Amino acid sequence: MDRKNTSSSLRQTFGRRSFIVGAIQGGIGCLLAARMGYIAVAENEKYTLEAESNRVNLSLIPPRRGWILDRNGSPLASNRADFRVDIIPERVRDPDATVDLLSELLNFSPDETEDLRFRLEESRGFAAVPVANGLEFDKFAAVSVRLPELPGVVPQRGFSRFYPTGASVGHLLGYVGAPSREEYEAEPQPLLLTPGFKMGKDGIEQQFEAELRGIPGARRVEVTASGRIVRDLETRDDVQGDAVQLTIDGPLQDYAARRLGLESGSVVVMDCLTGDLLCMASMPSFDPNSFSDGIGRLEYSMLSENERVPLRNKVLQGLYPPGSTVKPTVGMALLSQGIDPDETVFCGGGLRVGNRVFRCWNRRGHGHTDLGKAIYQSCDVYFYAMAQRTGMWPIAEACKQYGMQQQFDLPVVSQFYGTVPDPDWKLEKYGREWAAFDTVNATIGQGYMLASPLQLAVMATRLATSEMVTPRLLMRNDRPQFASMGVSSEYKTYVRQAMSDVVNGPGTAGRARLPVEDVLMAGKTGTAQVVGLNISDGRSGPWRYRDHGLFIFFAPFDNPRYAGAVVIEHGGGSGAAYPVARDVMTFLLDPQRGLDALHALEAQWGGTAQQRLDRQYAAYAAAQGVDLPPAPPPVTLARQVDAEARAAAAEPDEATTEAVTPRDEANPRSQDSVT
Amino acid sequence: MKGQITLPAPIADFPWRVVIPLTLLVAFGAAVLHSAAGGSMDPYASSHLIRYGVFLVVALVISYFPREWAGYVAIPAYIAILVLLGAVEVAGQLGGGSQRWLELGFMRLQPSEVMKPGIVLLLAAYFHSLPAAMIGTWRAILVPLGLIALPMAFVLLQPDLGTSLAIAFGGVVVMYLAGIPQKWFIGGAVAAIVATPLLYLFALQPYQQRRVTTFLDPTQDPQGDGYHIIQSQIAIGSGGISGKGFGEGSQSQLDYLPEPHTDFVFATMAEEWGLIGGLFVLLIFGIVLRYGMLVARDAKDRFSRLLAAGLTATIFFYVAVNLLMVMGFAPVVGIPLPFMSHGGSSMMTNMLCVGGLMMVERWNRQTNTVI
Repeated sequence: MDRKNTSSSLRQTFGRRSFIVGAIQGGIGCLLAARMGYIAVAENEKYTLEAESNRVNLSLIPPRRGWILDRNGSPLASNRADFRVDIIPERVRDPDATVDLLSELLNFSPDETEDLRFRLEESRGFAAVPVANGLEFDKFAAVSVRLPELPGVVPQRGFSRFYPTGASVGHLLGYVGAPSREEYEAEPQPLLLTPGFKMGKDGIEQQFEAELRGIPGARRVEVTASGRIVRDLETRDDVQGDAVQLTIDGPLQDYAARRLGLESGSVVVMDCLTGDLLCMASMPSFDPNSFSDGIGRLEYSMLSENERVPLRNKVLQGLYPPGSTVKPTVGMALLSQGIDPDETVFCGGGLRVGNRVFRCWNRRGHGHTDLGKAIYQSCDVYFYAMAQRTGMWPIAEACKQYGMQQQFDLPVVSQFYGTVPDPDWKLEKYGREWAAFDTVNATIGQGYMLASPLQLAVMATRLATSEMVTPRLLMRNDRPQFASMGVSSEYKTYVRQAMSDVVNGPGTAGRARLPVEDVLMAGKTGTAQVVGLNISDGRSGPWRYRDHGLFIFFAPFDNPRYAGAVVIEHGGGSGAAYPVARDVMTFLLDPQRGLDALHALEAQWGGTAQQRLDRQYAAYAAAQGVDLPPAPPPVTLARQVDAEARAAAAEPDEATTEAVTPRDEANPRSQDSVT
Repeated sequence: MKGQITLPAPIADFPWRVVIPLTLLVAFGAAVLHSAAGGSMDPYASSHLIRYGVFLVVALVISYFPREWAGYVAIPAYIAILVLLGAVEVAGQLGGGSQRWLELGFMRLQPSEVMKPGIVLLLAAYFHSLPAAMIGTWRAILVPLGLIALPMAFVLLQPDLGTSLAIAFGGVVVMYLAGIPQKWFIGGAVAAIVATPLLYLFALQPYQQRRVTTFLDPTQDPQGDGYHIIQSQIAIGSGGISGKGFGEGSQSQLDYLPEPHTDFVFATMAEEWGLIGGLFVLLIFGIVLRYGMLVARDAKDRFSRLLAAGLTATIFFYVAVNLLMVMGFAPVVGIPLPFMSHGGSSMMTNMLCVGGLMMVERWNRQTNTVI
């Protein structure tokens, strides 16, 4: 009875409790349904977004940089299709066979093969392992063809900046590199963080960053959780940056840079009619190609340790006493003060002013000297004497008018002013009165006077034209009208003739005469002393004590078309400068003849500037005990702007002239250049 | 009821009410697994279907077992499984690591899985034999607790928290339904609340502790332990009402969703089939579980009742914990979703439970006809 009751009560308990259990189950079921509804409906938008951001990876494609062109439209800076090969390790089936085949195809050395094997073993996941970059097309193609045997190997192409003439344009154009933290902070855009994006770091590349940059493309890809790209969803192409065309003449720039050879110096050539800067070469330089892949620590230390400061653009940032190159300008100042150019001064090798004697460079004296002779013989005494008559002010005025201490409206990162001293300046700067010897120093371009090669080139141009020619670097097709400098045509002709006599007459630079028929170059030599004669004779001894060699020039002398300046730092005197000017002008007028001269010299020096730089780098690296990759291979594109291209293009011309001008007679192989 | 149309007995007796929904669910699961494999029947979907076919036959065979057999088998089966659990432990020790299965050649047998229906069977038999008057005594509590604790201990040693909780859940539900006084459950619940922090600190493995803290705040470690929960919710949430379409789920196809074919198969499904697919799955589970509870309610004796209800609870435990987990309501414990997740052990356990339910249903019909 009791048991039966209990049994049935247990059954009732079961019924009650199973209902509770069922209700709990149903409740949880409803909870789950509600939860799912909430996630899938109310929060659908949020989670859809999250799923999309999981799935879709947006990456920017760095835009192709605009080209930098020379005046003829040839590229000074272009973009090189950069062929590279990577391996995606997880797709590789047989790593050893892959490495072996790749090494064979790419001609790897045993070291490089081991390196690759090691990198592959160390890698994990989908991160691509670089095999090689900067490949030549045929190697790239060789790998591409064998792809079926090479699962996981990915040949790709991108673009890298390419400067066909390398070091010749290093200072002028600057270089490109990955943005620094500071640059990103100044311009916080995602593009600056995109791998492969490079921005201008110096020179034209930096000045015209906005024009050259272009608009990045974008690529939307679907990626897996582990980052592997499944497929491209959408790709927007990049828009290449605008080209910037410079007034620079690519082959001339290259020639001048190469012609500077082992010297440290600069060459500036201008077009007298337009002010176009045809050439702004500064050597020694750096190879912007090797900078664009990131400046190696080694290379940077090599460059920054060099006493010839390869990192400085000497055209704009080198300041030198102009020496005697300032004399034609001083002559213009004298003429403007009413001094008769035919009036003579007797030069006996020195001039007594008060109780001091100022010596002429020619200790034996020039005898009776008029202005013309004073210029072509560079007689110091004439200018000492005449300057005592006019005082310093007109001379300082003329120097400034002819370009010294001026900054020009050029797209460059920085240009130095230099100095034209005058009594006020000296009083303010040193608190001393202007003295007679200050004038004496100034008339021969010594003392406080400092000018940059660019300013000297402008000076040459203005002397040649008597117009306020201003230099320009951006190519335009108009021909600017320059203000006259108010020099009578009689005096203009007089000074032109005097400067022509420097080269073509009884002057100081007879060997600067152009080996080109019918074109006479005018010029003026200059030797700037760096230290007193008691320390160094200026020609031998420690490099840094040697005199600077300067030369300003224009041609043709009677109807000037080109003008310029050459400065050789510590070249030992003007004799180091004018052969360079002669050869550069020769190249401009007759490329083949200019190249012949250059080739002879380069054979003597041991290769072109680029070859020497590469060798110097190798030697430096060897000394530091670091292995380094070989220099990048030459590319056919280079032909368009290198100096050799000009002669190749001018060959028909040369054939005709050759008959007229026998080789032997034309141009003695110049042994006159400094080594 | 159907008038004069009488189906042949084997067809009429066939448990259509459970086999049809199950088959639909398994087929749906196979479709999801097909998608999880990147659009391929191999390796998941085909073996999933084959296992279902094999274990359906096993379940049907079980369903023909007479009432007496079940009573006889309960104790030997329990002992045999315990021995197997011990064997796994020994094999694991010898093998130098934790091991959960025995290699039988054609499949890997996880004895802990078989213990889930096993404990239910044993406790049902125990309470059936226990005189009703003694239901309030210590004997009605301590003996079952001991019977539960023994296999739990083995399984915890493996260590496999999810399975041991499943065993405990099945056992405790049987005890509850058997009529153990309410106060013991209340007392047990209080004890559990007190014991939880202690268990957390001393009983759980570090990885298990991390799962719990991560569950409480998945965003604190989005790339590590919280990753599973976050990605699962993204999958379900981004599916919306009708889903992204078959084979179009980016979360699962692109490997963002971890374990898309086992523990998180529901998220895989929800991404591609949306809320509609989710409600369909819930509905089928509702039908199956309701079938189980109805079988238990209609059972004619105490053993059958407790057996059917316990088996239903075991299936329910899988479903509930898995779904709570993928929706972010429970920590990540390795419990698959019955009939959908890829995995032989889970399929076997659940089909054994279904077989047991069909068996009890057959007994119910037999007593009906006898009376």
